Amino acid sequence: MKGGLRQSMAWLHTWAGLPVGWVLYFVFLTGTLGYFDSEIDQWMRPEASLPPPALSQVEGLALALARLEQVAARAPRWTVFPPSGHDVPHVTISWSTVDASGRPLRRSETLDATTGAPFRTRATGGGQTLYQLHYTLHYLPSATARWLVGICSMLMLVALVSGVITHKKILADFFTFRPRQGQRSWLDIHNLVGVTALPFHLVITYSGLVFFVFTYMAPVVDATYGRDGRDRFFDEAFRNPDIPPPVGAPAPLAPLVSLYDEAVRHWGEEPVRVASFYNPGDRNARVVFTRTHVDPVSNGGRMVFDGATGELLDRFDRRTGPMVVNHALLGLHEGLFAGPVLRWLYFLTGLLGTAMIGTGLVLWTAKRKAKLAPAGGTPPAAVRVIEHLNVGTVVGLPIGIAAYFWANRLLPVGMADRAAWEVHALFLAWLAMLALPWLRPPDRAWHDSLRLAACAYAALPVLNALTTDQHLGVTIPAGAWALAGFDLVSLATGLGFGVAAVVLRRQEVAVAAAERLPDGMPAVSGATPLPEDAAG
Amino acid sequence: MTRWHVASRVLAAVAGGYAVSTVAGVGLVQALPLPRADAVMAGVLSTYLVYGAAVVWCFGARTARHAWLGLLITGAFFAALGVLGGSVRS
Repeated sequence: MKGGLRQSMAWLHTWAGLPVGWVLYFVFLTGTLGYFDSEIDQWMRPEASLPPPALSQVEGLALALARLEQVAARAPRWTVFPPSGHDVPHVTISWSTVDASGRPLRRSETLDATTGAPFRTRATGGGQTLYQLHYTLHYLPSATARWLVGICSMLMLVALVSGVITHKKILADFFTFRPRQGQRSWLDIHNLVGVTALPFHLVITYSGLVFFVFTYMAPVVDATYGRDGRDRFFDEAFRNPDIPPPVGAPAPLAPLVSLYDEAVRHWGEEPVRVASFYNPGDRNARVVFTRTHVDPVSNGGRMVFDGATGELLDRFDRRTGPMVVNHALLGLHEGLFAGPVLRWLYFLTGLLGTAMIGTGLVLWTAKRKAKLAPAGGTPPAAVRVIEHLNVGTVVGLPIGIAAYFWANRLLPVGMADRAAWEVHALFLAWLAMLALPWLRPPDRAWHDSLRLAACAYAALPVLNALTTDQHLGVTIPAGAWALAGFDLVSLATGLGFGVAAVVLRRQEVAVAAAERLPDGMPAVSGATPLPEDAAG
Repeated sequence: MTRWHVASRVLAAVAGGYAVSTVAGVGLVQALPLPRADAVMAGVLSTYLVYGAAVVWCFGARTARHAWLGLLITGAFFAALGVLGGSVRS
């Protein structure tokens, strides 16, 4: 394009990033919250007993089977998640059945270890629905959402690569910060948060694309297996267990303890992430154990047992060859193997990624407004629309997420479609925040949004204390850190938005004062143009 | 530098890049000395590398004509790799 490589990469960086920036911001923020999905689940289900009682996996499996024999004796398949650390604090079971009109339906329950019965909690989407938003986009058909997120992710990858080429002096840029200089400060922050976690951003983006690679890159599979050969490929590649049809002759399930011991022998303590029971109660029953995530690639391990005799039919501990790469990428993306420290690191780098996207969006309008400032012109309509979208999303989306948590506490427990309305609350609040900049001048809209966000998050622990008996005064002494952590992070988030509001106010006061200075004095903010190669 | 040149590069990057990356994927599947399913896995996992590089190339190239030419050469390379690899296999 015009000029050298860096200019053309700056152009590409801008125009790959801007059109999808808001979707990417949504994807990064909701996805990042997924690293604490289990903690959010616990906070949103205050009726479940906490902290969960220490239950061994074998006890959990026994509990699950007792319940499943009671409620799902005729189901063709049972799935059990025995307790396994962070991700699964309570035994969770699910089974397939049919609804009143004969359509297939999956039911699932979380079991109370003390009674063996399911928890009677409020209906909520919890942390699961919240993190799933980042690829379901909630209101869209799944295929549409998949493609949309895929296209945005590909543009993210392009924006990352072109951004790196643009800032070839990456270390020098990294250590540059020019505070209170309008769009230059935004540029410096954008570089700082981008470069700090660059490997994370690259891996998360690339691995995110890998989840649906067989959809996006279907022609590559079809060229080898034929258009109808996709399932054959999956069977070969993922070594899906061969499940025979039921013979119709009843046979009791082999003692689960011996199967479990076999898994412990090969995989160590707490080895089972998922136990699937096919044709339970039939002579052709099969029990499949999937390995827990102890590191990014262990998620490929699997054992297949004959459910009636208990004989081990097939086992592999790890994938091999290119399958390792696939599982490593997916494992790194999900971070299920991460302990507390690494999990926090995931969370914080995810927030850095979100901040990188947010500052990139703000930088775009700041730069264009700065160019117009000396002439005193009003920005063109496109710039105004983008600024409105920025206010409504960069601060408005966090407010929407706060509304999701508020709805969890305030919607009546017996309400119909309660869980659905929690999510509606998120999107309605976001929509309202998107509308705000059209009613208020942009500067005021930033202020109002930041203040509202500060209040919405800082007040969450108070709301929690008023509506449940699991407030900070109880959870901290009890050492219930999942719950206490939620409240403390909410407080910190509120504080962060509050500080942002104050900083913004101070800057505006400084700018207003500078504008009143006599002729010849340079203004502090905004008017200095960027060097051409700095950003698109 | 006209609008048409930019449009041409965008088309090259989006459609041409996708085409070249799938051709590269298929070519690798044919050429890699791996079991079929593993080769397909390696092939699809590589496609985004090729796609990303192709997009950067399309906007970094000196002219729009160069952008297209580069894609054609890369596509031809991977296609040849696939044909050769396929004939060695069978």
